[in-house]
Amino acid sequence: MAVTNKKLVINTKWCKGCGVCAAFCPKGVLKLSGEKIEAANPDACIKCGMCEKRCPDYAIYLEEVE
Amino acid sequence: MPSKLVDKYLREAHLPHIWCPGCGHGVLMRDVAQAVDNIGLDRNKVVLVSGIGCSSRAAGYMDFNTMHTTHGRALAFATGIKMARPDLEVICIMGDGDASAIGGNHLIHAARRNIGITAIVFNNDIYGMTGGQYSPTTPYGEKGTTAPYGNIDRPFDIAKIAQACGATYTARGTAYDAVLTTKLIEDGIRHKGFSVIECASICPTYYGRKNKKGSAVDMYTWQKENSIRVEKAQAMSPEELKGKLVVGKLSEDDFPELTEQYQAIIDRVRK
Repeated sequence: MAVTNKKLVINTKWCKGCGVCAAFCPKGVLKLSGEKIEAANPDACIKCGMCEKRCPDYAIYLEEVE
Repeated sequence: MPSKLVDKYLREAHLPHIWCPGCGHGVLMRDVAQAVDNIGLDRNKVVLVSGIGCSSRAAGYMDFNTMHTTHGRALAFATGIKMARPDLEVICIMGDGDASAIGGNHLIHAARRNIGITAIVFNNDIYGMTGGQYSPTTPYGEKGTTAPYGNIDRPFDIAKIAQACGATYTARGTAYDAVLTTKLIEDGIRHKGFSVIECASICPTYYGRKNKKGSAVDMYTWQKENSIRVEKAQAMSPEELKGKLVVGKLSEDDFPELTEQYQAIIDRVRK
């Protein structure tokens, strides 16, 4: 079951478009749109947080939601 | 608003960093921050010392007591800090050239002394900042701007050198495996004595292009497919391990730490 108390946040200002998060996302949530990453399939996100650990630019992360 | 970890341990005003798209250093710097956070160290009791090179930009980005020193001398400065203030947690971030070429002597002597410093080497196998010259860890036969026909020197194994010289904790992680690398850095910081964590980074811009390794994603995939846990590697032959990255905790030994021994001498002669 998906964890719902976390939200995926993308900071496009810091994203350099390397595509690492998208390539290793286990659920195919992320996609490069031009030179920036976007959550093309957000409903599939299981909030594993691996994109946050893999992003060399701290441009994607999970935020706790109240 | 960045993530909590970035907000707490990095200087946001200096971000985004200047490292190239896909560079493994960004991932490794986050691993260092995560390791410090996992231990719950007081930020004001941590000193981060770096030398010169791509890796050493980390001292500018990380929000600890930081020192960006001269090329190869991070460990020399760190030794001074640790001797003067043994209560501080001193962490060195160095590159492969910084740690094993320009600062090679400092590395072996810090290891010999077993001083309580955590040395983290961001090893991208090349001098990135100056344009892709081959370094002491560039694999045999691989190319750099100063080795256009292939490198004819054998590479150093930094973790092995450190262990041979007396480092009491050595480990190897990768930029790909952030979870493992964070744990290895964490254990290295907790370890009393000199610890060396060699972190295999990736340099898609110079090393990758020069050697036709593909994109950053291809290089991380290579790390994923060619990393072998040390436990498994023990049962493998040298031929099977050729060109592989043996990852995990490589060694841990017991020997008195330098500043503690030094303090014991002071206490003894003052009696």
